[in-house]
Amino acid sequence: MRRVSITAFTILALALAVGLAVAVSPYASASPDGLESVAEQHGFLERGTLHSLQDDSPLPDYAFPGIENARIATGVAGFAGTLLVFGIAFALGALFRRGTPARA
Amino acid sequence: MLETVALHIPDGFLSNWVAALCWLPALAAVAYGLRRSTATLDERKIPLLGVTAAFVFAAQMLNFPIAGGTSGHFLGAALAAILLGPWIACVATAVVITIQAFLFADGGITALGANVLNMGVIGALLVGFLMLRSRDVLPKSRGVLLGITAAGAWLAVMAGALATSVQLALSDTVPLATVLPAMLGVHALIGIGEAVITVGAVAAVLATRPDLIAVRDLTPSELRAPSPTLHPEGA
Repeated sequence: MRRVSITAFTILALALAVGLAVAVSPYASASPDGLESVAEQHGFLERGTLHSLQDDSPLPDYAFPGIENARIATGVAGFAGTLLVFGIAFALGALFRRGTPARA
Repeated sequence: MLETVALHIPDGFLSNWVAALCWLPALAAVAYGLRRSTATLDERKIPLLGVTAAFVFAAQMLNFPIAGGTSGHFLGAALAAILLGPWIACVATAVVITIQAFLFADGGITALGANVLNMGVIGALLVGFLMLRSRDVLPKSRGVLLGITAAGAWLAVMAGALATSVQLALSDTVPLATVLPAMLGVHALIGIGEAVITVGAVAAVLATRPDLIAVRDLTPSELRAPSPTLHPEGA
């Protein structure tokens, strides 16, 4: 198989991630996940609190604010979040890479 | 109400001193991983770091139902370790968890150290090294590589569940004898989902850009698909 370029690979993989976050996550299971379910069964779920720094999280519960339709709110939050994570991780990598002495 | 529940440890589950102690290995590993990344991140690895973190974030939103009204979601630590190497994978995992905590209120702020420890340090870093070491000593074939991938993915989920249980018990939140079997039982199933997704993703990268796999010197038998096609001109 011919190798795809790194740019094409990145765009393809990022498109897949964005596609999953936008189109599939709104239909993900809403049942409690592993830890939440164990916490519920064993009576310590209510101990969970939000840190004061999280009081005005921009996208609490993976829902984009101001969108009434819950599925669309989740999809938009997934879109924004996936691109943001890409951007921050990319920037962090570039930043730390740039800090190195240039290699021959 | 529709909710995407991708719940990491929230604040309040762990005592302050347990949460504080977890910060130490988490910070040390991320700091060292960042330092190392200056030496090991090349031009190909920077977009790969971004796209791996983005994929892990997106896939963590996809809760799949497992037994008994419970769901599981992808963790991505083993996948990141195979694509980025264990140290940078630890950094990528920490980036995802930090963004989830601050922007999505998923996982605590005080408990961020514990979440990075359980998923980044134990999952991506320790299990990642275990996977690379296993690959070095086992026979080289595509099946073995994907087998190690599956086992590592499952183990990373189980190890994270084990560490979380111990931290909850040390915090006097719940007795270890209660929480450990419950956590391991449910995560044994979640780990199977993790293994399936991770093997699928690694197989896809092996087929398109095998050089992006952070495994040194992949042998031809590791690259070859199980049923070799007899079309040399199409190779």
